Amino acid sequence: MCRLFAAFLFALLAALPVGARADQVTEAVAALASPGFDSVRAGVEQLSYSGHPRAAAIIGALQAGKLFVRTDKALFVKQDDGEFADALSGEVAQPGGLKQVRVNNSVRGAIDAALGVLRLFAPDAAARREAAEAVFKSHDPAALPALEKVLATETNAGAKLKMEQARAAAVLASPDSAEADRVAAVAVLRLRGDIEARGFLASLSGQPQSVTEAIVTAITGIDRMAQAWSVAQSVYYGLSLGSVLLLAAAGLAITFGVMGVINMAHGEMVMIGAYTTFVVQQFMRANTPGLYGASLLVAIPMAFLVSGAVGVAIERLLIRWLYGRPLETLLATWGLSLGLQQAVRSIFGANNKDVDTPGWMSGATELGGLTLTWNRMYIILFSIAVLASLMGALRYTSLGLRMRAVTQNRRMAAAMGIRTPWIDALTFGLGSGVAGMAGVALSQIDNVSPNLGQSYIIDSFMVVVFGGVGNLWGTTLGALTLGIVNKFLEPVAGAVMAKIVVLVLLILFIQRRPRGMFPLKGRAVES
Amino acid sequence: MSEADTLLYLDGVTVTFDGFRALNALSLYLEKGEMRAVIGPNGAGKTTMMDVITGRTRPDTGTVQFGVDTDLTKLDEPAIAALGIGRKFQKPTVFEPHTVWDNILLALAGDRRPRFSLWAKETADEKRRIESVLETVRLQEFRDKRGGDLSHGQKQWLEIGMLLAQEPQLLLVDEPVAGMTDAETEQTAELLREINKTRSVVVVEHDMAFVRALDVKVTVLHEGSVLSDGSIDHVSADPKVIEVYLGR
Amino acid sequence: MKLDRTAWLTLGLTFGVPLCLALLNQSTALSSALHVPTYVIALAGKYLCFAMLALAVDLVWGFAGILSLGHAAFFALGGYAMGMYLMRQIGTRGVYGNPMLPDFMVFLGWKELPWYWHGFEWFGFACFMVVLVPGILALVFGYLAFRSRVTGVYLSIITQALTYALLLAFFRNDMGFGGNNGMTDFKDILGFSVQADSTRSALLVISAMFLCGQYLVARYVVRSRFGKVLIAVRDTESRTRFLGYRPESYKLVVWVLSAIMAGIGGALYVPQVGIINPSEFAPANSIEAVIWVAVGGRGTLSGAILGAVIVNFGKTWFTGVLPEYWLYALGALFIFVTLCLPKGVMGLFGRRTA
Repeated sequence: MCRLFAAFLFALLAALPVGARADQVTEAVAALASPGFDSVRAGVEQLSYSGHPRAAAIIGALQAGKLFVRTDKALFVKQDDGEFADALSGEVAQPGGLKQVRVNNSVRGAIDAALGVLRLFAPDAAARREAAEAVFKSHDPAALPALEKVLATETNAGAKLKMEQARAAAVLASPDSAEADRVAAVAVLRLRGDIEARGFLASLSGQPQSVTEAIVTAITGIDRMAQAWSVAQSVYYGLSLGSVLLLAAAGLAITFGVMGVINMAHGEMVMIGAYTTFVVQQFMRANTPGLYGASLLVAIPMAFLVSGAVGVAIERLLIRWLYGRPLETLLATWGLSLGLQQAVRSIFGANNKDVDTPGWMSGATELGGLTLTWNRMYIILFSIAVLASLMGALRYTSLGLRMRAVTQNRRMAAAMGIRTPWIDALTFGLGSGVAGMAGVALSQIDNVSPNLGQSYIIDSFMVVVFGGVGNLWGTTLGALTLGIVNKFLEPVAGAVMAKIVVLVLLILFIQRRPRGMFPLKGRAVES
Repeated sequence: MSEADTLLYLDGVTVTFDGFRALNALSLYLEKGEMRAVIGPNGAGKTTMMDVITGRTRPDTGTVQFGVDTDLTKLDEPAIAALGIGRKFQKPTVFEPHTVWDNILLALAGDRRPRFSLWAKETADEKRRIESVLETVRLQEFRDKRGGDLSHGQKQWLEIGMLLAQEPQLLLVDEPVAGMTDAETEQTAELLREINKTRSVVVVEHDMAFVRALDVKVTVLHEGSVLSDGSIDHVSADPKVIEVYLGR
Repeated sequence: MKLDRTAWLTLGLTFGVPLCLALLNQSTALSSALHVPTYVIALAGKYLCFAMLALAVDLVWGFAGILSLGHAAFFALGGYAMGMYLMRQIGTRGVYGNPMLPDFMVFLGWKELPWYWHGFEWFGFACFMVVLVPGILALVFGYLAFRSRVTGVYLSIITQALTYALLLAFFRNDMGFGGNNGMTDFKDILGFSVQADSTRSALLVISAMFLCGQYLVARYVVRSRFGKVLIAVRDTESRTRFLGYRPESYKLVVWVLSAIMAGIGGALYVPQVGIINPSEFAPANSIEAVIWVAVGGRGTLSGAILGAVIVNFGKTWFTGVLPEYWLYALGALFIFVTLCLPKGVMGLFGRRTA
């Protein structure tokens, strides 16, 4: 491992254009060649800051026990093929009378630090950034010269920032730094503003007065920033919960909001969408394993079609007999939901089904103090896409135009030749299909079980009622508000209490505004 | 006209629904004991005016003064009804599962609170008053029939009977003869004239023959405000009215 | 109050059948062919308590048009009040033998009885709470809802939210009501062992008496002038307003009355089934209660009792014989009744009485 690493560094550093001061290198080599561990250690340190292209190779060889000294104090590295090479030039040589340079624990420590510093000169910017971060964590003042050197030529902004932070830490840790430099360093760390910077600043002691003051201000500033980030994080969680609610409620906004049909089996449409995802994945795993990563993309239209078809069937067989009797519709669709749950339980079993999360949806990214998980991010984007296409479909397609016509004035629409029964069925199918797509998203964050839909039905109704019936914007705002309020209450009250509080607030809200945030106004509404 | 003679005074009433002005600075006087016919094309604001007077809709601006010093815009429907304003809907609205007798019984002026109605027994006085209302609206022989089983015209009369049982000072009647036969229309006009002997009445109507038969002062509404008023002959000669009804 | 044939029949059956069952259980030998086993007594008692819940739902849904999807909450609250009394009666016989604290509190490491548990050692106080707690909740909720004219499906949805919120709340251990497990292992009620056959028979007869009483109260209310106004409100709410009635106060009175009736049902339910836990708050329970009423016939009172007994009997039978198919049957029942039998079983007899 070590050997490999050394070889790697060798390859990297051979190309490094950093010119080394000849005398420094000579001194370092001399020190390495001298007997006594202290002198070897000093040599390692000196070499590491020299920026010599072979520095890493030499130190790596030392670490691997492959550095040898000739009686004339020239150094040689034993290569993997057993040949020896001149340490500084790298040319193959046939020296005689070699003696291994020996190391002890103190030297090993110096070697590790030195290799860390040397990585600051790596050609790969990510590696340099990592190295700088390591130096920041060790805040070893010994690294200062190397940092100064590499900073002078660094062009990558990210790496440069990390290096400046590392330098600031080293400056503060060093007993020799000037006061003004220290104050400037505190400012750099304050900008960094994370928990590590705060911890480092808090651990400092014995600094001059002005620096101590700067540190205190910096810590307060960092704390305030941290608070702001945690608020932002809550907003993100809230948005992600809100987008889940929005997905679950968007279909309901069509069937309940636009058509006025209370579909208690709406949650089961979501559940069917989730099970469709499961089936699609099973099918693709068996038949087209190469495309397995895209299984979710296939599942989205499939879920739309399956849930939509079930929705059309429900409308044709059940709901159309109950128009104008909302309470009866509620009961009948509740009965239907029981049947659908039991059917799914009979077919797939009562246990949770595993739906895989594709690789491109796992993981997270950091943005300042925010942790953004990819699956949540995709769900937020997906809900935006669903909402946009739904609004587009209602506004710009001829089906959407007919749907709006039928819901606004059924008899007039019929008189103009629109087949209202089919429009009803298709509208209901659309709402159910959207619920199915929500199921694809929910399969990524929730257990796929026959009860999946039930846990969302009350929330979805609350969202639609809260936002104001018949208004997709209201639904959106309602979902996001509920999501965010919920997530802000959670740290204060706990998850369950937060939900209870939200429910109670909603009950009170509906009593203040019985028709939601964006009610439809007019003479016709009450009658 | 002295203030004491004014029963109802709408002053600058404006109602807006989502940007649409249903009533636009409407002002209107009604004297005690007067019968007034309100006509106007669809969307002129007739029903909204009734909604405002009975407390169903709150105006954006303006006041509705009832009697000497009561502002109706501050009250809700039951409070306004208790003041003595009765309303008949465009579509006959009676309590369909109840008998004609019970419909009138529920409308009789009296205590409206649950604590009374839970223990209330029909008194001889109530029976007498119901009989008398039934006689006025000519529904004596249907007293045990369900409200829902009556014919359209009978329902209209039952509703008027319920209004009478309320003993209001002011009756608001929305299109009472829509869908009635000629004979029924004639009887209704007679009934309203009879009622007007003791109470003020506002009739909203489309049927010009009926309005002519009532022979009272007419107010023409258009786009939420008063276009013209006066006798039926006066308003039908008014060029503005002719333009609204016939022009455009 | 004059009683017609339906009323006499309802009263006769709701009181007579349980009385006969109880007598047969008590007076015949185990080996006798006429002997009614104790589990039948317990089942019958459960049905009667459900019938009280159904009656309560019918009162608000059938006569005031309020489709409550949260009535089981009142039922459960009444049950919890009784459960707290029964817990206190356990005394030192609990697993931990603590004279003051119920087992679950000892388990949670609580040192003192929470303030709201005081008083429940007295039966009278518990009975008072059985009425008061559902009543107050209904009063507050109803006042807010009806005053702001929340009606129809909106009201249904927020009643469901109410019971859902209570469900979540009672699941919490810190609420002090036993959390997930609720309360069980009751020992005695007023000094009689809840396990004893004689206590069970007595509870059955008492339930029958309460059910008959509730039926008579409900019948009086809907046939009074108040009830006529209520029906008027149900069908044409705005008309009643223009006649000078305040629909909100009528709804509130009947809503609170109904909540109390449900609470009493719950209180009688707990000693007979021997357990009360948060699942009683589940929204599904409330909706099931509505279907009992729909099966029996909405707005008939007698039908509510009949429906509760029929459906629950069906449930007992199905879950014993074909457990897989019970949900199908229940689901189909919902659909069948709403589509084909809007007046319920009572409608089949061509009678629509109250």
